[in-house]
Amino acid sequence: MTVAVLTPDEVVAELRDGMTIGIGGWGSRRKPMALVRAILRSPLRELTVVSYAGPDVGLLIASGQARRIVTGFASLDSIALEPHFRNGRQRGTVELTELDDGMLHWGLLAAAHRLPFLPIRAGLGSDVMRVNPRLRTVRSPYPEAGHPDGEDLVAMPALRLDAALVHMNRADPAGNGQYLGPDPYFDDLFCLAADRAYVSCEQVVPALTGAPPTLLLNRAMVHAVTETPNGAHFTSCVPDYGRDEEFQRRYAKAAADPDAWSRFQAEYLAGDEAAYQQAVTR
Amino acid sequence: MRGADAATRAEVCVTACADAWRGDGAILASPTGVIPALGARLARRTFAPELLMTDGEAYLVDEDGNVEGWLPYRQVFTMVAAGRRRVMMGAAQIDRHGNQNISCIGDWARPKAQLLGVRGAPGNTVNHAVSYWVPRHSRRVFVERVDMVSGVGYDRGAIDLRVVVTNLAVLDFQTADRTMRLRSLHPGVRLADVLRETGFELSVPDDVPATRTPSAAELDLIRALDPDRTREREVP
Repeated sequence: MTVAVLTPDEVVAELRDGMTIGIGGWGSRRKPMALVRAILRSPLRELTVVSYAGPDVGLLIASGQARRIVTGFASLDSIALEPHFRNGRQRGTVELTELDDGMLHWGLLAAAHRLPFLPIRAGLGSDVMRVNPRLRTVRSPYPEAGHPDGEDLVAMPALRLDAALVHMNRADPAGNGQYLGPDPYFDDLFCLAADRAYVSCEQVVPALTGAPPTLLLNRAMVHAVTETPNGAHFTSCVPDYGRDEEFQRRYAKAAADPDAWSRFQAEYLAGDEAAYQQAVTR
Repeated sequence: MRGADAATRAEVCVTACADAWRGDGAILASPTGVIPALGARLARRTFAPELLMTDGEAYLVDEDGNVEGWLPYRQVFTMVAAGRRRVMMGAAQIDRHGNQNISCIGDWARPKAQLLGVRGAPGNTVNHAVSYWVPRHSRRVFVERVDMVSGVGYDRGAIDLRVVVTNLAVLDFQTADRTMRLRSLHPGVRLADVLRETGFELSVPDDVPATRTPSAAELDLIRALDPDRTREREVP
């Protein structure tokens, strides 16, 4: 019993222009960067990217392949602001659906549950409602103390995904996925919200071992697995490795200047994943 | 014995931030910034031992760094919605009603400066108590109208805005119409300094007290918690 075990390029070959792609992880933590780099090498375009955004989103903005970002923030964690996200927004080269972090969670949960929406208080009264004019509120049918006619809540629409890309520490050939770090983030919800879920991992092992709560993804949620050692680089993938802070600083510095960014691209992003890994371990 | 006037401005700010966590019992304290984090740790070491704090990743840790719980982001969001949390957030802009902006400066459609994004500010402000920390009190921050309402103010449904601590003063919303009021001036700061740096009409009581200075015991704790004096870089 196995799911497809693919290469990153084979995963990306299953994606199409204009798709809505969810990317797991958080900020600059456990991002499926090898899959993002495979997208960079592909002709894919006009993507909508749903993410708790970090350099995954930054790179897809820099490459011009992301048309729209759906997020509540974009950060590199140890560097507060994602530089390409800033550039894209300030130059008007990318569209944004800006949501409260909890709304994004709720949108994924609604999609995973196949619900059209879920009610939430987050967003009420804020300019998230102004900049997302299609967002609606819904009135609770249940009278409560303080709300005799029912409370008004934001009707957060399901964030359905054509595909999800997540990165695990381990996976097995059956399609089960394991995270070994401190936080599952929302990777299981990204997978369940998507028509097709692709899991990259540090290592494909014959059978997963370890504490049952680490077994985040089961094979019913997953369509294909790909082994990408150091595949979250330069984001963190503890306990296998931490964030490559020095490389991230280099990335952020290069992103601030077009010429420096061209050199960065030529040095690190012009070749395939093996060439990238060789370049970053030089 | 050291006199209370030995405290630096940064240290006065630490105790002012600490005081924002008084009386809340066992709730999750989420400070943003060096001085708010020091304030929360000082509060937990002294008058608010029940506070819960994270390591910045997914673990709840006690004062000695021992793990006492697990709080991945999904659970943080549940704690927010459950109202079992308090935050002290930053603010790129804030108005007299307490509307806060951390998203972008200028027109949202094509901002002059993209900042972090609204993050959890909309949800925080309609679910639980919120305070703010502004390390440089200025007209750029204290504005008539914010460019992108992230955290909502009292005129837009905030449920509990506590204090705004700055490098100059402590402000709150204890007025009849719940607009911003000067609560106390840090020692050495004049009323005119605050008014000059505030871009909207601030309520000023007839008698404005001085912000309390840290006790000798509090100063010792602050200096032990922050031996590298990172607080002095946030508020020189």
